[in-house]
Amino acid sequence: MLNSRYFEEKTEELFKAGLIHGTTHLANGQEASQAGLCMALDDGDWIVPTHRCHGFTICNGSWPVAMFSEMFGSRLGLAKGLGGSMHMPDKQVCNLGSSAVVGSGVPLATGIAFYQKFQSTGSAAFATSTTQNPRELAPQPVKNMSVAIFGDGASSRGSVHESMNLASIWKLPVLFYCENNHYGMSASSDKMISIDRISERAAAYNMPGKLVDGNDLEAVYNAVKEASTYIKEGNGPYLLEVMTYRFKGHSKSDRRLYRTCDEEQMWMLRDPILLFEQKMIDCGYVTKQEVLDIEKQCHEYMEVQAKIALEKSNDKLSAQEVEKMVYATQEDRK
Amino acid sequence: MTFREAIRKAMSDEMAADRNVVLFGEDIGVYGGCFKVTEGLWKEHPNQVVDTPVSEEGFTGMAVGAAMMGLRPIIEIMYADFYTLIFDPIVNHAAKTHFMSGGQFCCPITVRLPEGSGTGHGAQHTQSPEALFMNGVGLKIVAPSNPSDAYHLLRASIRDNNPVLFFEHKLLYPMEGEIASSPIEIGKAKVVRDGLDITIIAYSHAVITALKTAEILEEHGIRATVVDLCTLNPLDKNTIWQQVRKTGRVALIQDPNGIGGIEAQVCAAICQDKETFNSLKCQILQFSGKDTPIPFSKDLEKATIPQPEDCAIEILKLFEN
Repeated sequence: MLNSRYFEEKTEELFKAGLIHGTTHLANGQEASQAGLCMALDDGDWIVPTHRCHGFTICNGSWPVAMFSEMFGSRLGLAKGLGGSMHMPDKQVCNLGSSAVVGSGVPLATGIAFYQKFQSTGSAAFATSTTQNPRELAPQPVKNMSVAIFGDGASSRGSVHESMNLASIWKLPVLFYCENNHYGMSASSDKMISIDRISERAAAYNMPGKLVDGNDLEAVYNAVKEASTYIKEGNGPYLLEVMTYRFKGHSKSDRRLYRTCDEEQMWMLRDPILLFEQKMIDCGYVTKQEVLDIEKQCHEYMEVQAKIALEKSNDKLSAQEVEKMVYATQEDRK
Repeated sequence: MTFREAIRKAMSDEMAADRNVVLFGEDIGVYGGCFKVTEGLWKEHPNQVVDTPVSEEGFTGMAVGAAMMGLRPIIEIMYADFYTLIFDPIVNHAAKTHFMSGGQFCCPITVRLPEGSGTGHGAQHTQSPEALFMNGVGLKIVAPSNPSDAYHLLRASIRDNNPVLFFEHKLLYPMEGEIASSPIEIGKAKVVRDGLDITIIAYSHAVITALKTAEILEEHGIRATVVDLCTLNPLDKNTIWQQVRKTGRVALIQDPNGIGGIEAQVCAAICQDKETFNSLKCQILQFSGKDTPIPFSKDLEKATIPQPEDCAIEILKLFEN
């Protein structure tokens, strides 16, 4: 959580200093949702984050130098500097990368789940319907799942609803992880969504739906673990709605005219990092001083990561190399 | 073997060769597909044929994600007109996968799109939308005109590590032909008739129009070369240049309407090459569908796309003096 927070703070600083081109979407305040999810995943579980992807990418194990480098547009970046702040795929740690088309990552994540079940069961027989009704097949346990991360805004996309139906009829191992931070850019979920709880939409797709406090690390972790068990037993998809709040604006150009300072202050009091630190102190696991030491250590670590990336930031792909990246070759997959 | 059977055989052979080849689409199982192209495939490959709900964007996006992981999906979009529903997963995601991941992922998906008019289905079931994808960087676009090319190009499309859009003109489905033993590659055009007076360039169903036009021209003593593009992206510029330089006269024929179309791209290619451009003896003739939606009534529908007689009359004018 601290690494995510310091990564975002450093990113904001670098943007303000004019060292990074383009835009960025900071997730300060959503750290428990990111860390809680990633900590609860098993090896081989895949994630497809949202455009607000830094925290998920850090928590899922990517190298911060490669993340900063991606934003500097350098060769060392996760996508060789071709993606930028919103695109940090990392195959090594099972992160497909985000779609910057809100809600379009959800069918991709559903496709990962299709492939996981295909690999696990040995064929696509679980989805064929000529001699059977796939909905009536007994649960087939699977080793891994895919996490389709999306926000409250994306929950209104047709692609999300189509994916939920597909995942449900074929019992695909996908966790629909709705990170409800209350605003899709400036649009309040109260005004844009026809029901109060997105998790209740699970009923329409014949899957469990659960709401969890997204600023409580332990609650998120436990909820994901519970969902993971259900999914890996072969029961099909699960919808988890994680209530949280982004402290910063939508992107770097947002003046936040659509919400009040009072509201922001109220959520700042529920800062997921402070809540977790206090809980750890109250339980006697750490002292206040130890917390301060860990904060200092994480802060210094992220400073060093940014520095390394900055030093190598001029090493960019050439125009000729970029042209060669458009098409895959037959050597890429045989 | 018919064009329809050639496509079915290409899918069947690839499914047999690779268990990762899985076919997705609406009514492609017991029903056999809207145009009976997939008939019986579910019996031959019971675990590789997946009937989907009416969710083109959803199942195409899902197949894109699965392709990134290791599957080689084939998608049948019932009518090419529904391309609007798959634009996001194909153009924004599949096409950019390799590039935007810095080469970490590729997306070997084949999308089969039955297209074209002449069937009386009205303007939302008869379009030929290939031009709309030409601008989508990262895609390959194939549009064969006969059973043999359809067979070989579909197999190559399925094996390709990039997203390939495979356009099948519906009027070609009953066309008979032998499957040639030597495969044609993606990205190569073919000279299907040789003549020294004019080069007619076409693809898909319009190749038949071009060949009929060439027969009429021959009755008037004009010998035409006919080039079948086969692949629209990447365009085989070398063959185009070579065949245009040979005759110095060019006629382009395509079924879809002309604005921003394939012909415009071929025209641009001809003008780009100094030697080819300098070889031109006259203006380039362009025959394309009318810039209207496809009308329903039979005669009007026919009048919307170029006919051989009309093409021949215009081409003969080039030789009047």
